[in-house]
Amino acid sequence: MPDRLRARAQLLRRVRRFFDGRGVMEVCTPVLSRAAGTDPAIEPLRTCYTGPEYPGGLDLYLQTSPEFPMKRLLAEGSGPIYQLAQVFRDGEYGLRHNPEFTLLEWYRPGFDHHQLMDEVADLVRACLGEPLEVEKFTYVDLFLEHIGVHPLDADVAELLAAAEQLGLVVEGVTDRNEWLDLFMSLVIEPRLGRDRLTFVHDYPASQASLARLNPGDSRFASRFELYFRGVELANGFHELTDAAEQRRRFEEENRQREKKGQRLLPLDENLLAALEAGLPDCAGVALGLDRLLMLSLNASCLDDVLSFSLKNA
Amino acid sequence: MATYSTNEFRGGLKLLLDGDPCVIIENEFVKPGKGQAFNRVKLRNLKTGRVLEKTFKSGESVEAADVMDRDLQYLYNDGEYWYFMDNESFEQYQADAQAMGDAVKWIKDQDVCNVTLWNNQPILVEAPNFVVLEITDTDPGLKGDTSGGGGKPATLETGAVVRVPLFVQIGEKIKVDTRKGEYISRAKD
Repeated sequence: MPDRLRARAQLLRRVRRFFDGRGVMEVCTPVLSRAAGTDPAIEPLRTCYTGPEYPGGLDLYLQTSPEFPMKRLLAEGSGPIYQLAQVFRDGEYGLRHNPEFTLLEWYRPGFDHHQLMDEVADLVRACLGEPLEVEKFTYVDLFLEHIGVHPLDADVAELLAAAEQLGLVVEGVTDRNEWLDLFMSLVIEPRLGRDRLTFVHDYPASQASLARLNPGDSRFASRFELYFRGVELANGFHELTDAAEQRRRFEEENRQREKKGQRLLPLDENLLAALEAGLPDCAGVALGLDRLLMLSLNASCLDDVLSFSLKNA
Repeated sequence: MATYSTNEFRGGLKLLLDGDPCVIIENEFVKPGKGQAFNRVKLRNLKTGRVLEKTFKSGESVEAADVMDRDLQYLYNDGEYWYFMDNESFEQYQADAQAMGDAVKWIKDQDVCNVTLWNNQPILVEAPNFVVLEITDTDPGLKGDTSGGGGKPATLETGAVVRVPLFVQIGEKIKVDTRKGEYISRAKD
């Protein structure tokens, strides 16, 4: 039997054992939804249901993560939950991307993002069976160290100069967030987590996504990412619970979509209603399970660890 | 003007960058989970042969280079240009020294070469991977030495110099790998 299948089965067993031991409940939520995340950097795949109840057809989106329905369960009072979810993203295929992949996503009522980082580290250690050390950096400190600029204070001309200094030849990048993503992906990420688990936290508010802003300093968001051996493995938030603020962010993202000529997406009114009713204070994280498998097998690309990738699905 | 979007990027695709035709050697898709996607591309400039790295924001379009590869037969050299012919259309092309590059060291009349045409002008001529050439000069060396070790320089009819085993003599024809500039074997006529 191929190693990649056995290794995945073992990884799934370890994940379930980990959460069983901590009283976190496994849940399943629908893959199809009439709403979608509005993040302009994540493009959902669309399909259509036609039949009883919807004879004229109902547009549905394949989930890009199970975040919205899981938050609805939390608002219902589910307590701590996790899910092993197949998720779908249009336009993403490469060494570390496949348009369909497995996310391990979990939520911890009562945790902040630092407590959740500790639990993510425990989970990865349990999955890999290695006593890995942990280090944490703020987003700003990483930029000062590796790029030599402050990600919020530097203007676009200074970011461009920093890119030239690093020998990067770049086409089409214009705004600040694109520059920050470029430095993170091309320069910083490959250097992170060489032999330990590296957490990056306190992202610029412009990249808050669904994280709350830091209570003491609203220039930054309570968001973190995990990098291991130069690979982005997980993204987590101390979750935004403010329904009005969430709606404002969705609408702003749709405005950005319009500006970029992307499809506008229907807001998840069910999620907004759940936030309105009250999402418990919680932290949540999504971890790319295929990438974790890739690292555990020392594979160089996702295709090598998937049963079948885009190329032969 | 034909263009390619980054989704069409793959090895072998020819683009026009800063006015020069380039070919993609490697294309890597890079994207943070919650951020902008990029195509990190390694290219070869077809005029200069230089390899460069460039990162494109995914979704951008880049002008295509009107570049094609043709098998053309080498005819002659008039001191300034090297002349080639398409054996099907009988169309003739002239290549300058820059386009010829190293190929001048290896080719003889009648050889068929892979020629890269940009806007219908040769910009890169590749010698066949293997050529058979006569040795015009080499040290007589030791007859009967078949050890293969050491070797000696030999000048070929095109003027190129390669290392050959000691037993190979003036007037013999040898097979050469033009990509490495290495002797392969003696050639039978």
